[in-house]
Amino acid sequence: TGSGTEGSSHFLQEGQVLDHHASCTSLYKKPFVESFEETPLLVAVLTYMGYGILTIFGYLRDFLRDWKFEKCHLAREREEQKDFVPLYQDFENFYTRNLYMRIRDNWNRPICSVPGAKMDLLERVTPDYNWTFEHTGNVLKDVINMGSYNYLGFAENTGTCADAASECTVKYGVGVSSTRQEIGNLDKHEELEILVARFLGVESSMAFGMGFATNSMNIPALTGKGCLILSDELNHASLVLGARLSGSTIRVFKHNNMQSLEKLLRDAIVHGQPRTHRPWKKILILVEGIYSMEGSIVRLPEVIALKKKYKAYLYLDEAHSIGALGPRGRGVVDYFGLDPSDVDIMMGTFTKSFGAAGGYIGGKKELIDYLRLHSHSTVYATSMSPPIIQQIITSMKCIMGEDGSTLGQERLCQLSENTTYFRRRLHEMGFIIYGNNDSPVVPLMLYMPAKIGAFGREMLKRNIGTVVVGFPATPIIESRARFCVSAAHTREMLDKALNAISEVGDLLQLKYSRKNRHGNEGSDSFSFLESHQD
Amino acid sequence: MKHAHAQSRDSVKMAAGQQWVLVEMVQAFYEAPAYHLILEGILILWIIRLLFSKTYKLQERSDLTEKEKEELIEEWQPEPLVPPVSKDHPSLNYDVVTGPPSHKIIVNGKECINFASFNFLGLLDSERVKLKALLSLKKYGVGTCGPRGFYGTFDVHLELEERLAKFMRTEEAIIYSYGFATIASAIPAYSKRGDIIFVDEAACFSIQKGLQASRSFVKHFKHNDMEDLERLLKEQEIEDQKNPRKARVIRRFIVVEGLYINTADICPLPDLVKLKYKYKVRIFLEESMSFGVLGEHGRGVTEHFGVNIDDIDLISANMENALASIGGFCCGRSFVIDHQRLSGQGYCFSASLPPMLASAAIEALNIMEEDPGIFRVLQDKCKHVHKALQGTPGLKVVGEPLAPALHLQLENSTGSRTNDLKLLRAIVDYSMDRQIALTLARYLEKEERFLPPPSIRVVVTVEQTQEEIERAAQCIREAAVKILK
Repeated sequence: TGSGTEGSSHFLQEGQVLDHHASCTSLYKKPFVESFEETPLLVAVLTYMGYGILTIFGYLRDFLRDWKFEKCHLAREREEQKDFVPLYQDFENFYTRNLYMRIRDNWNRPICSVPGAKMDLLERVTPDYNWTFEHTGNVLKDVINMGSYNYLGFAENTGTCADAASECTVKYGVGVSSTRQEIGNLDKHEELEILVARFLGVESSMAFGMGFATNSMNIPALTGKGCLILSDELNHASLVLGARLSGSTIRVFKHNNMQSLEKLLRDAIVHGQPRTHRPWKKILILVEGIYSMEGSIVRLPEVIALKKKYKAYLYLDEAHSIGALGPRGRGVVDYFGLDPSDVDIMMGTFTKSFGAAGGYIGGKKELIDYLRLHSHSTVYATSMSPPIIQQIITSMKCIMGEDGSTLGQERLCQLSENTTYFRRRLHEMGFIIYGNNDSPVVPLMLYMPAKIGAFGREMLKRNIGTVVVGFPATPIIESRARFCVSAAHTREMLDKALNAISEVGDLLQLKYSRKNRHGNEGSDSFSFLESHQD
Repeated sequence: MKHAHAQSRDSVKMAAGQQWVLVEMVQAFYEAPAYHLILEGILILWIIRLLFSKTYKLQERSDLTEKEKEELIEEWQPEPLVPPVSKDHPSLNYDVVTGPPSHKIIVNGKECINFASFNFLGLLDSERVKLKALLSLKKYGVGTCGPRGFYGTFDVHLELEERLAKFMRTEEAIIYSYGFATIASAIPAYSKRGDIIFVDEAACFSIQKGLQASRSFVKHFKHNDMEDLERLLKEQEIEDQKNPRKARVIRRFIVVEGLYINTADICPLPDLVKLKYKYKVRIFLEESMSFGVLGEHGRGVTEHFGVNIDDIDLISANMENALASIGGFCCGRSFVIDHQRLSGQGYCFSASLPPMLASAAIEALNIMEEDPGIFRVLQDKCKHVHKALQGTPGLKVVGEPLAPALHLQLENSTGSRTNDLKLLRAIVDYSMDRQIALTLARYLEKEERFLPPPSIRVVVTVEQTQEEIERAAQCIREAAVKILK
């Protein structure tokens, strides 16, 4: 029941995926290798059992808490408001109270340094099983950071970017206190937008203060009632919220599955709007560059071919892929060697590869002019803070090589080397990792609920900071640990991390992969029982 | 192999046992009660019927041939992605500010006195705030590279949350990285489909987006009209009595702003609290304009009226006005606020606030706490500006004397909104030529539910001196006389 294996892909060897349509392979200039190995049956059964046991215990503990046998740590409603309609339904928070609370110490870990390749964590202890935390005052120094989205290593407090941002703070201050359409439009904003347009290779661009808000405020400005939005199954919450707020009809196609998308497009154009059968005003396809929970890269050449054939519009969210993919760092369009003007709306964020905050939209001049007037953000939201803009400008110039050094190009190469090395080693060790071979986001499957907590804690004991994710961000049995490879990681840091991962993997029996790393296939469903003991 | 052996042994046993079972079955048949047999008979007949009935097609499958489908696909023409925008649209070209947006602001090349940025406490220029931001930059870099859950929680965020909670005298506070997203994420975290929200007509756009995202029933009451609100609440009570079971699970909320940004007046909070307890509705208060402005210590409209802050379930404000930073926060009791840490969309799925901006906000809070006299000064200046702008020919002042951001609307509209905007823009341009920076209040005309009339925004800050205020009022009067004659 792996989530990514439905559709037309067949596994040949070592995760190589071949598409149905032979013509499609000619659209790709280099092999597109993605793998989503299926969940082993025994593991799936044990995982469901694990959740079942936790649920039973959850009910038991709720019962004990209700009848006051156990001390209740939850915050309570005020006495004066006891007869109001309860603010939360009990069952809504069942998962939070009984499952999330047990392993809560793996998230929201406070840090007190730059979120670079190494970071300092504040030590927390809990006297009452994660209900409350206390800071001991100790600092765990030099924890290797495999969790922050620092793909090109621009999260630093020294160097040209930090100096430029400091100067800007002294000159402009920190706040703006007005919106773009009123009096918050600084010369720095205009400078940034021209630079971003040049970077992406589009006519014009526009920058906003928050990446999440870029999606949720601009999709409603582009589509409305009578339009159709075709959105990928695993799109980010901001895209889903933007699509919902627009009021258009939303149809979901299977993750990265071009046959599903084509079928939806054909049905939509042939049958028109439901019930009235009027033709749709426009069709917008929402996809992301790199999907952050799967590590997969969108099949952009095929999407563009479909978009041109059926006259739909394409909205590409490059939150994770801008700066991280492509020989020149210009994102997934650069990675596939395509023309940026084929993508109608290129959206991305500055948080990940540029070490700042905010989002942008790039496209033709008519589109950006329209957004200047009708985007919710330019009318009602405060504009971006000047030092943040300066950080983006400096880092972008560095990537483009315009600051006179080769630092940008070195970092891009380093990231791509690190990604390939890291993925190869993990695969050789026998872990199940999802996603494309070139994606710097590496999800490692854990499956069982107890292993989520155990993995996070064991890795922290070995001084490595990792991110673990479970339900509801992922399907219930597919919890995973997610590593973000960065250009700032040196070979030794990666080796140290990999050794620790291997150790913890042996300890927790995480090496589920049946695809043998040395060439021969693992065969039928019973042989895993033998190969599982590796 | 073993499996096959076991199977054959079992089948032999089964054959012998089968005869035995058959006899028993026939016996049981005779002994069973009649209703049991009839029921089983009906069930068997039903199954047979289902097996042989025609299958329903879920969707009306059209009988189009492939060729017809191809033709339809060829013929279909979508609308252009965006409708064309005329080059001389008045809002297309923004006013460009060169340099910092401080008290003396350079707009479109002209140095003016700033009556347009929401810099109420003058902290945009503060050297202390800039210094703290610089120190933070040297320690943490610029961005946080992650959401709060994944190594994006810095000690400065925790400190800022504690300080805000302490300042507002509530149990807990939570920070968002974008002011607009604060109330727009907070409302849908609590109010879901089926719940009821009573909201003022003059609520700002971010509240409207929050209401839309929550998918709840929204009932608008006339601006600041407590009788209208009571009427709606009474109607809801009658509805509840018809269906008490449903009423016990539907949550109800009232969403109001402390100081409305669109009409610059204050909500009647004590009356709202009375209605809250009478009809058992929770109150969400949006204090972006009143935080750091009203009250003896700047704690907002609750301090202004002397209302117990625990009576308000959630207070939300943005840090972009008085605190001169970026972002927003919500504060209240832990019971209420803690829920947003897992279900506030703008909190969980977005990168956290850059630490230098959080440090700037902490320093701004320090300044506010050290010198509470600053609020008195601001309130006096607001009254002064309000008085100075009275009697401008052709323009009326909309807003209370205590409001730091007033609106100047046309007394007699020309009848068309575009023309009104042209006149007001002419007044703004005239003022800018004479070194007074003003701005038109901007709205999305097609998206607002209750579109306010066109107006000029006049903002009061503590940095404006007496004579600057006089000069501005004089300039606006001249402009009005000249342009609106």
